[in-house]
Amino acid sequence: MYDFGYHQPSSLSEADAALNSASDPLLMAGGQTLIPTLKFRLARASDVVDLCGIDELKGIREEGNAVVIGAMTTHCEVAESDLVASRIPALASLARGIGDPQVRHRGTIGGSIANNDPAADYPAGCLGLGATIRTSKRQIAADDFFGDTFDTALEDGEIVTAISFPLPEKAAYAKFPNPASRYAIVGVMVAKTGAGVRVAVTGAGHGVFRDEAIELALNESFSVDAVDASGVDEEDLNSDIHASAEYRKHLIGVMAKRAVAKANS
Amino acid sequence: MAEVTMTVNGRQVSRDVEARTLLVQFLREHLQMTGTHVGCDTSQCGACVVHVDGKSVKSCTMLAVQADGSAVTTIEGLASGDTLHPMQAAFNEHHALQCGFCTPGMVMSAVDLLQKNPSPSETEIRDWLEGNICRCTGYHNIIKAIRHAAGSAA
Repeated sequence: MYDFGYHQPSSLSEADAALNSASDPLLMAGGQTLIPTLKFRLARASDVVDLCGIDELKGIREEGNAVVIGAMTTHCEVAESDLVASRIPALASLARGIGDPQVRHRGTIGGSIANNDPAADYPAGCLGLGATIRTSKRQIAADDFFGDTFDTALEDGEIVTAISFPLPEKAAYAKFPNPASRYAIVGVMVAKTGAGVRVAVTGAGHGVFRDEAIELALNESFSVDAVDASGVDEEDLNSDIHASAEYRKHLIGVMAKRAVAKANS
Repeated sequence: MAEVTMTVNGRQVSRDVEARTLLVQFLREHLQMTGTHVGCDTSQCGACVVHVDGKSVKSCTMLAVQADGSAVTTIEGLASGDTLHPMQAAFNEHHALQCGFCTPGMVMSAVDLLQKNPSPSETEIRDWLEGNICRCTGYHNIIKAIRHAAGSAA
């Protein structure tokens, strides 16, 4: 790892100042992806601005019909939150399945979605539940936030501050994890909301996406039997040593069925 | 260089470190406490698990500067004098190690599990050890040792 200047601001304005004074800075949340990336020199930075000291980015609260989770809230805190467990159990269950306990003690929801790994769990959670991402500059609907692999709508220096999850009528997340990394080979969040069913898929493609064919089917009947095959084109899915595109496409249907079964139980 | 101060196994230490110094490097190379191991360097294997402010973390995936002001416990801090920590004694008694390389991380992870869940089921133990890899595949006796340490074995 190349050396860098290290900053630990205690407010968003201090973080802004640190970013503005550095030539080539990187923001760090929990560091569970960034530190390995820096270690392997896949990334380098003149300065690392660590967000761990900013209290306003932490915590879980209820606001109207939404659960709002601060960007620096760890996966462990979401998994163990009574509020999340009672309002959106699907989200607690998703957080409980990320990485391993030690990674969950450090890794954060804000870091996960800002990184937008195409096999990460939280992007599917945000997109499936129709979350709104709050940043230091604006609010962005999850539908507009996630791009292709590692790409998001965030601009340079824009900091994710919190994620607001509207309460679904019912929801569940099902994941077929890579047995070594626990990243999703395919993960599917299914949510029945007032505005219809949302089905978000991670791991299968170049970034998280909604499966419109399964959404249509589930809008007709929110039942396991209603789920047929995924409507996505295999050409758009990943094929690698872990799973072919054909296999991943099949898994989308299987995981969607499992999620619907869990949501209905 | 930045000065970091932390409490390691109850003893306050201060050193000047580069920002890029990992917590595990700080422990092994600056404090010469080599009980904490580096196995994979990719945050997968868990040989480097220590406790920071009471929670198990992978010390190869945390900067020393991030532990400034924290209380760190390593494998060297578990025993009291010649008396092994109950988890160490259980690993010893149940032969929960072969080559021993993963053992410090296994023990630190297991101690954290029992802090959160004093009577875990075998499934809960296996789930918790997701982030600890034993290349000797000695998992059965590791599980047995943790069950005995928890008093949950039949």
